[in-house]
Amino acid sequence: MSNMSSELIATLFVAISLRSIISMNSYSGFNKPPMFGDYEAQRHWQEITVNLEVKQWYTNSTHNDLQYWGLDYPPLTAYHSYLLGRAAERLNPRYVELNKSRGFESKDHKSYMRFTVLVADALVFIPAILALSVSMDRIYKKNLKLQLQLLFAIYPGQALIDNGHFQYNNISLGLAVLAVAGLLCDMIYVAAFAFTLALNYKQMELYHALPFFAYLLSTSLSQKSAKSAVKELSIIATIVLSTFAILWYPWSSSIDATSDVLLRLFPVKRGVFEDKVANFWCSINVVYKLKKHFSDHKMALICFGTTLLTALPINVHLFFRRSKYIFILSLFNTAASFFLFSFQVHEKTILLLTLPSICLFYWWPKEMLWFLKLSVFSMIPLFKRDNLLVPTVGLMIIFNLTFKSRYFKSNENEICHRKLKISITQISEILMIAIFLAFISIEPPSRFPDIWPLIICIISCAHISMFLIWGYTKQFT
Amino acid sequence: MSGYFWELVGISSALKVLLLPAYYSTDFEVHRNWLAITHSLPLNRWYLDATSEWTLDYPPFFAYFEWLLSQVAKYVDPQMLIVQNLNYASEKTVYFQRISIIVMDLIYVLGAHRCMTALGVVQSTQKHIAGCMLLFLNVGLIFVDHIHFQYNGFLFGILFLSIAALLKQRYLWSAFGFAVLLNFKHIFLYMAPAFAVYLLKFYCLGEGKFVQNTAKLLAAGLTPFVLSFGPFWQQLPQLMSRLFPFKRGLTHAYWAPNIWALYNTADKLAASVLKRSRDADAPSTTSGLVQEVQHVVLPTITPSITFALTALFMLPILLKLYLTPSREQAKLVFMRSIVLCACSSFMFGWHVHEKAILMCLLPLCLLSVLDHRDARFAYFLGIAGYYSLFPLLFEVDLLVPRYSLYMSYVAMMYGQLERVYKSKPSFHMLEWIYFLGFIAIPIYEHIISRLLDLHLLLPFMPLLLTSVYCALGVSYFYVRYYLYAMDFQWPPSFGKRRRVTQIKSSTSKRKRKIK
Repeated sequence: MSNMSSELIATLFVAISLRSIISMNSYSGFNKPPMFGDYEAQRHWQEITVNLEVKQWYTNSTHNDLQYWGLDYPPLTAYHSYLLGRAAERLNPRYVELNKSRGFESKDHKSYMRFTVLVADALVFIPAILALSVSMDRIYKKNLKLQLQLLFAIYPGQALIDNGHFQYNNISLGLAVLAVAGLLCDMIYVAAFAFTLALNYKQMELYHALPFFAYLLSTSLSQKSAKSAVKELSIIATIVLSTFAILWYPWSSSIDATSDVLLRLFPVKRGVFEDKVANFWCSINVVYKLKKHFSDHKMALICFGTTLLTALPINVHLFFRRSKYIFILSLFNTAASFFLFSFQVHEKTILLLTLPSICLFYWWPKEMLWFLKLSVFSMIPLFKRDNLLVPTVGLMIIFNLTFKSRYFKSNENEICHRKLKISITQISEILMIAIFLAFISIEPPSRFPDIWPLIICIISCAHISMFLIWGYTKQFT
Repeated sequence: MSGYFWELVGISSALKVLLLPAYYSTDFEVHRNWLAITHSLPLNRWYLDATSEWTLDYPPFFAYFEWLLSQVAKYVDPQMLIVQNLNYASEKTVYFQRISIIVMDLIYVLGAHRCMTALGVVQSTQKHIAGCMLLFLNVGLIFVDHIHFQYNGFLFGILFLSIAALLKQRYLWSAFGFAVLLNFKHIFLYMAPAFAVYLLKFYCLGEGKFVQNTAKLLAAGLTPFVLSFGPFWQQLPQLMSRLFPFKRGLTHAYWAPNIWALYNTADKLAASVLKRSRDADAPSTTSGLVQEVQHVVLPTITPSITFALTALFMLPILLKLYLTPSREQAKLVFMRSIVLCACSSFMFGWHVHEKAILMCLLPLCLLSVLDHRDARFAYFLGIAGYYSLFPLLFEVDLLVPRYSLYMSYVAMMYGQLERVYKSKPSFHMLEWIYFLGFIAIPIYEHIISRLLDLHLLLPFMPLLLTSVYCALGVSYFYVRYYLYAMDFQWPPSFGKRRRVTQIKSSTSKRKRKIK
């Protein structure tokens, strides 16, 4: 069956089905005054953007207390919040009433908020994954688009964070996926534009920025003549800069306004990490208390240095040995080194690693399925807090069984060659399941209340470091 | 069979687990109340108690089943077992009741597996995979059992077990199983004629020992009734009045998509054209209350008319089943006659619920992996039949899930049929137009009616449209499938010749595989 469009359509609707079913669950900060959670943050941004002047959005004022969920994403998020806020206002003005609507929760409001995430899924994320899987198949002449798309559709992490916990990663990830698809199809202007939008939706897309930069630069410089190279470069620069200029226009009049926004986006004051997160610094912190020895600014510099040190070789390599496969590999490696070593990493940021790893599924199915399971495992403490463990288990079962079934195994004989790796995978999976069961059933000793999240972080961090080393070896051999 | 069967079972159970927090209907409280009644009251009060308006109205085996469940429930949350605790729905209660459905669905899995084996679907073939996917991930069961809340899955499991026994010539087991099923839920009575005719022909008359076999058959078939109704023999009239309440109207509040939905609509249209109105105090057909209705222009339908029509329309296919010479040929005819008996009662029955369409849709899932033409009809009825369940899921948070689950299922079904038969299912252009017409109903319901403020003026319009449009499809399916099952070649150019030959070769291949 070469052209099973009906099954492609089915996977798209499976993606929406699962996301809409996850939406029936609880969300972050449900019924937890005074600060609530990310759901309230998104609602609050609607309230701020609808009621205040554009210039005031990122600035502390009597009506905009930045200590209470101040906007900390770039302008595209703010514009999106504004649109959603206007729609909310039409449905029920109490949803976004200035100051009075803080902590507003109702069944109808939840339905509305959940629906807006599903709209983002349907309009941005799902078309993007369709574009990516179709273009991967076209370039690499394989017939894996159904698997790839199903992987995106039923991967539990993204759905649980967006439709469960409550965020709009689907927009920034969707735009990034679109950029990857554009780049694979040699539509580099589309790629540059889509990626700039992604970056302006969530600054975390910086994790993906270096490989895009290296690839686009390398493509333009490898033109036949210097003249066409300059032309190519200037077109890309114009696209990127003008997109930035338009999106940042309201804050461009004064340095103060721009720096307000930038300070919100890169909050050095919030420390190297907040919750337990599966990166290098949080793991080191167990034996060596970083916050005692380094100021936040010094720590930020250290993070910047180590991140650059690990990420640069990858991208220099990509610049000189440009190919689309290496690009995807660098995307994975760069994102992994950013996740492990950069400043202010959240556990949800691992979603940025899962995007390239789903693409790498094309070449390394076993390894990447293992990584994807690990990524969900690393977020378990978060799901526990949000009361999302039942859907997590349900989705993980669906995810595991779908890709375990014979139906989706592409080439059986490959398995024999990798006996050793499979056994390591199995040990790791059993370990993850055991820790998970312990986490939900065994009360931690009162001296170490955070013992289980910490163990989960350290195990995940060890795995991610191993995957980074694996990625390095794959890239340089 | 390794590599997909248990994986699919796991996936379908996990999907049902995801639906644990979904909105549930009053049927949840109905079943909670039955748990409480059977647990807290002595046997002789079960069918008399009327503390809740949701009195026990299923046959005794179902009541025993609820009693068994209550023995587990008392360890989960004893509060749910108190009869006076109306509308009690703690989280534990919801999880317990929902999980009990998921666990009971294992009987459905067993039944489906046995039935496919008995029908000669070889394991690990594409047909077996398709059959498993269509049955285990069935969107109709997910809607009715796992969202709306009912225990249909394991009942269909018993039905499939009984069909499998019949096909494997274990006739006494089949009769016993079917009788057990009737004592769980008596709506399956509508399929009884097909079982009766097959058993009469191939067991009582076919083996040359008429008296002996008939006696055995009666013994096997009546034992469950004795076990079930025995303890209640002193209050049989009371029990019967609970099981067969004739005070209800011709159609349910939401009209099931059958002939009466069209009849009611025609009556309404005629009344408005002729500007005739009914007596002011007589109830209207759309008033939403369950009571008897009066038609304005067309003659009023009584229960006896519906029974006569149902019986009349069952006759031809039963006759055909009776006249089928060999057992081997009779297998398919029997399966089709089950579908057609269920569909006849759905089309003409008294006070039919929309959920009853599952009795046609689920056996059709089995038929659709057996023959290319059955598959085509199964797909057509699937489009209209699963859609007609939407009014059960009216809650606002269920709108996206209902459309997307439906679309996933029908697209998956199309893909599976394409894989099984190596070609796309073919439909006439008008049939495609009918399929596409379904898009118009949600567009009207969610967009146009809101923009024009029609949802306040004509609140029942979307229900009416769904009902009538689905009724057209179900009726079309009924006529065409009936003619096909009776081997009428009408219209003569039906289907494409090359496909017919292909099917012949595939059926003969299948026959060779049957040992």
